[in-house]
Amino acid sequence: MDLHEYQAKEIFRGAGIPVPPGKVATTPEQAEEIAREIGGLVVVKAQVHTGGRGKAGGVKLAKTPEEARDHASNILGMDIKGLTVEKVLVTPGEDIDTEAYAAVLVNRETQAPMFMVSAEGGVDIEQVADENPDAIRKLDVDPRYGLLPHQAYQLGVALYDDPKLQRQAAKIMSQLYTAFVNAGASLAEINPLITTPSGEVKAIDAKVSIDDNELFRRPEIAEYRDTSSEPEAETAAREAGLTFIKLDGNVGCCVNGAGLAMATMDLVKFYGGEPANFLDIGGSSNPEKVVNALKIITADPAVKVILFNIFGGITRTDDVANGIIEALDQIEIDVPIVIRLTGTNEEIALKILSDAGFEAYSTMDEVVKKAVDLATAAAPAGA
Amino acid sequence: MSIFIDDATRLVIQGITGRDGSFHATQMMEYGTNVVAGVTPGKGGQTFEGPNGEQVPIFDTMEQAVEQTAPNCSVIYVPPAFAASAIMEAADAGVPLIVAITEGIPVLDMARAHAYAEDCGSRVLGPNCPGLITPGTSKVGILPGSIVTPGPVGVVSRSGTLTYEAVYQLTQNGIGQTTCVGIGGDPLIGTKFIDCLDAFRNDPDTKAIVMIGEIGGTDEQEAAEFVKEHVDVPVVGFIAGQTAPPGRRMGHAGAIISGSAGTAAEKMEVFEQNGIAVAERPSDIGGLIRDALGA
Repeated sequence: MDLHEYQAKEIFRGAGIPVPPGKVATTPEQAEEIAREIGGLVVVKAQVHTGGRGKAGGVKLAKTPEEARDHASNILGMDIKGLTVEKVLVTPGEDIDTEAYAAVLVNRETQAPMFMVSAEGGVDIEQVADENPDAIRKLDVDPRYGLLPHQAYQLGVALYDDPKLQRQAAKIMSQLYTAFVNAGASLAEINPLITTPSGEVKAIDAKVSIDDNELFRRPEIAEYRDTSSEPEAETAAREAGLTFIKLDGNVGCCVNGAGLAMATMDLVKFYGGEPANFLDIGGSSNPEKVVNALKIITADPAVKVILFNIFGGITRTDDVANGIIEALDQIEIDVPIVIRLTGTNEEIALKILSDAGFEAYSTMDEVVKKAVDLATAAAPAGA
Repeated sequence: MSIFIDDATRLVIQGITGRDGSFHATQMMEYGTNVVAGVTPGKGGQTFEGPNGEQVPIFDTMEQAVEQTAPNCSVIYVPPAFAASAIMEAADAGVPLIVAITEGIPVLDMARAHAYAEDCGSRVLGPNCPGLITPGTSKVGILPGSIVTPGPVGVVSRSGTLTYEAVYQLTQNGIGQTTCVGIGGDPLIGTKFIDCLDAFRNDPDTKAIVMIGEIGGTDEQEAAEFVKEHVDVPVVGFIAGQTAPPGRRMGHAGAIISGSAGTAAEKMEVFEQNGIAVAERPSDIGGLIRDALGA
């Protein structure tokens, strides 16, 4: 789960990291009022879950409260990479001397949290990694001990030459690690970490992604979820305990298992179709899950056909077949449904389905080809 | 022959009295796995009844289970909040192979648990994995016994049902398996492709290997280089997620494309460069293996 900048900054402030004050506005008038409270130069920043806000015109400097209001009025409602801006953060403009980068993330290779810091901040770190990889200092942390004081100092030294700045940065690195662990984050990033002409080190932007598996024990972080920033169907799916990701095609996919779901989408593409979604209904034959899955898939008007691909492993496929039929009795569907079921007891399962009037197949290739044909017939190319 | 588990496997089930634990305990015993103990805190002294009336002793702690029943493998069906601790408990008790089925364990918990298990000299398989099965001999985890058959092909995969798909197809084509291993869909897993490839290449009965990967991370790329340098038997590979959008978690916590790294196209290309036959569709796996075996 990605947090907004203002939420990430709350977490950073809680860990003691120097972060300039700021408040969130949802109307231009609120933005004006906040700018007046802060006084002087302010920055109005779009709060959306994507990078490149500045380039998209979502970050603006304002010299007066009136100007802050005008910027907020432009930015609120703006579309940035398909996301509508609902909130802006109003925060003081800072005098910037240097811009650096600091982040903690999980290194899959070493299976440990890893710091990445660079004196070259304020730009995309991927760009620095490509063009000047030596400018990035990486440091693995043993999760059992946490960031040790000498390691924090090493990072400070990697960032700055001035001993005063090094010490401030070392402290911030320790605080950043604490924030990372306490929030259950998979990424905590400061970009840029600035120095001011008066010799202070501050975080003026903040990015935090939370490991979804941590949310069950961190209700206060789970509260941060902003459902306005995700497709409605994905919210509904999460609440129903399903994993769903909306895509642009017209073949609705309902699959058990994440790997098989991805492979099914790939096969739709292989046969010239486009998947409408990723959906993993999990391992049970529970009709309620199937009903919820179908409601979510059919809410998308682009869907022209629904494709089931179910591998019954431990679950018997005849149970799954009965579950699907029960589910389809409870909900009206006006697009064709094609079903593939295989595994334990598949002959019985296929008979149950065909007796109930469904097109049922035993191989993945057959069913996907059929689904793509039906989708193409319903929405001819160019139509 | 096989890898990791065989007829000498003595299994302890952590979480044996839970819904999943008890269901799969029965399934594993029916398959012929030698289940020597169960562990559920607070239920020590009770027994678990197997499908043929076997009485499996239940202990409060892994320490007691190891002392009294000498297991050499543990499988974990403990809820996510306690699963990392269960892994460390098993490692502390000296169990050499720990299979973690649990899905949804916090990543930072696993970072600690992996480091701890490594210090204890234990191998962790998973978490968020279906476990492994040596057809006709022993199964640990949730892989369905009905779809496998003994034979010459080693299978290793990050996925559950997609593995079943591939294995079932092999079986239907009359091609059996030495061992099928699901390594798990999480970002931090204890046993990687390379570890399984290394075990398979040292197993004289494994004549070919199927490797099923997916988007996210670089394990497949490293495994491909390992194949080129060290693996003499033919390897067939498949990668799921060619149509996955970047930056989204595709069900598995580890299946995410970050920037341009970890895409299916990149992984398939590295497979090909390193002499791995790439199956474009899951249904191509059987044919490629048959060709590779020269059967």
